[in-house]
Amino acid sequence: MDSEATNNAKKDLVNYALFLADSSLIMGHRLSEWTGHGPMIEQDIAITNIALDLIGQARNFYQYAAEVINIQNDKKVTEDDLAYLRDANEFKNLLITELPNGDWAFTISKLFLFSTWQFYFYQTLIYSKDEQLAAIAEKSLKEVTYHVIWSGDWVIRLGDGTEESKNRMKKAVLNLWPYTGEMFIPAAFEDNLKNSVSINFSNMQNDWIEKVKLVFSEATLSIPEKMWMQSGGKNGVHTEHLGYILAEMQFMQRAYPGLEW
Amino acid sequence: MNEQKINSNPPAFSETCEAWNILSSVNDPEIPVISIVDLGIVRDVKFHEEMVEVIITPTYSGCPAMDFIGANIKQALTENGFKNIKITHRLSPAWTTDWMTDEGKQKLKAFGIAPPVGKSFDKDYLETQEVECPHCHSLNTQLISQFGSTSCKALYQCNNCCEPFDYFKCH
Repeated sequence: MDSEATNNAKKDLVNYALFLADSSLIMGHRLSEWTGHGPMIEQDIAITNIALDLIGQARNFYQYAAEVINIQNDKKVTEDDLAYLRDANEFKNLLITELPNGDWAFTISKLFLFSTWQFYFYQTLIYSKDEQLAAIAEKSLKEVTYHVIWSGDWVIRLGDGTEESKNRMKKAVLNLWPYTGEMFIPAAFEDNLKNSVSINFSNMQNDWIEKVKLVFSEATLSIPEKMWMQSGGKNGVHTEHLGYILAEMQFMQRAYPGLEW
Repeated sequence: MNEQKINSNPPAFSETCEAWNILSSVNDPEIPVISIVDLGIVRDVKFHEEMVEVIITPTYSGCPAMDFIGANIKQALTENGFKNIKITHRLSPAWTTDWMTDEGKQKLKAFGIAPPVGKSFDKDYLETQEVECPHCHSLNTQLISQFGSTSCKALYQCNNCCEPFDYFKCH
């Protein structure tokens, strides 16, 4: 391989790891906003634990991205540089992760749709020829399995609950649905890595929709009609909400570079 | 005094044994009744030229205790004369409760935490029905939340003695 091709392959791999890191970090950060505000102590603890899992997964992907960036590179970067010193247009997270939490129904629906996507995504990623991506996926998959069960149980409880909870769930699902499309549209860096990470997007989408249908039917909720889908997250085009998250999350490192505590 | 020990290559069997024994005395920071060897966190101990490498695996991706565990390992080995200790984190194969020793499970139970039921390759573990109450040993217990005081535990309550308890979930 000539050096340009090697560089491009490296860039794609870094972007791939960053896309997964950013998605987990932003979702984890959003969920952490519930800490101390959950509807019951047990659920407060549960959602904080899930946030911790996601931030841990993000760290693994950031460390790997930094490792790849640092190969034959004079300027060394760390996982913290990648999380705290990149701007919104460099973040590649799925748009669904940056949406504000809204009420409990919205948070639960968001987590369920996202975790189910993560579940099927990682289930394929564990077979990647890239050993480190496969290892992180294997580790994450066990944790995500619990997230799917926990959020799914809540979808059923609220959907098949009172008139009030059902209405809130219907509204949440309708508002979240346009953000589920981009999960199944590969970005250029995903297409370019086809040979080492082979994900069949239409199979993944089928598995995802089947699982969502199964839980929704128990929750007496229906899948929304086909609608126009948002996209752009994977390519750095975000909603206005991401900037506010980054402002809060990155403030300390930007104001006091290298600060440790 | 241990120059000789570190330089001997290949290491004598007794040194590997000694290192494992020392590691068995390092307890998990969050559940201080069980050692990191009982938990299955220590995967390997390797002797390289003038270096001891301890390979550990995190229980959960976000486990905040990993750096602390690494520091404790270094301290315990240093206190016993080992030098040049390297801690390596390994993600694959992913940690599983199947690696927990029987002794570890007994210690957990005695401490009031119900040990994992079943094997992790058996997907039914997610629907585990019968978790024994560590206080009164009744099997009549119920799940309160999949997530407890730490990532690795779920919250249960005993329907017999009414006490709440932590369950170290199968993973």
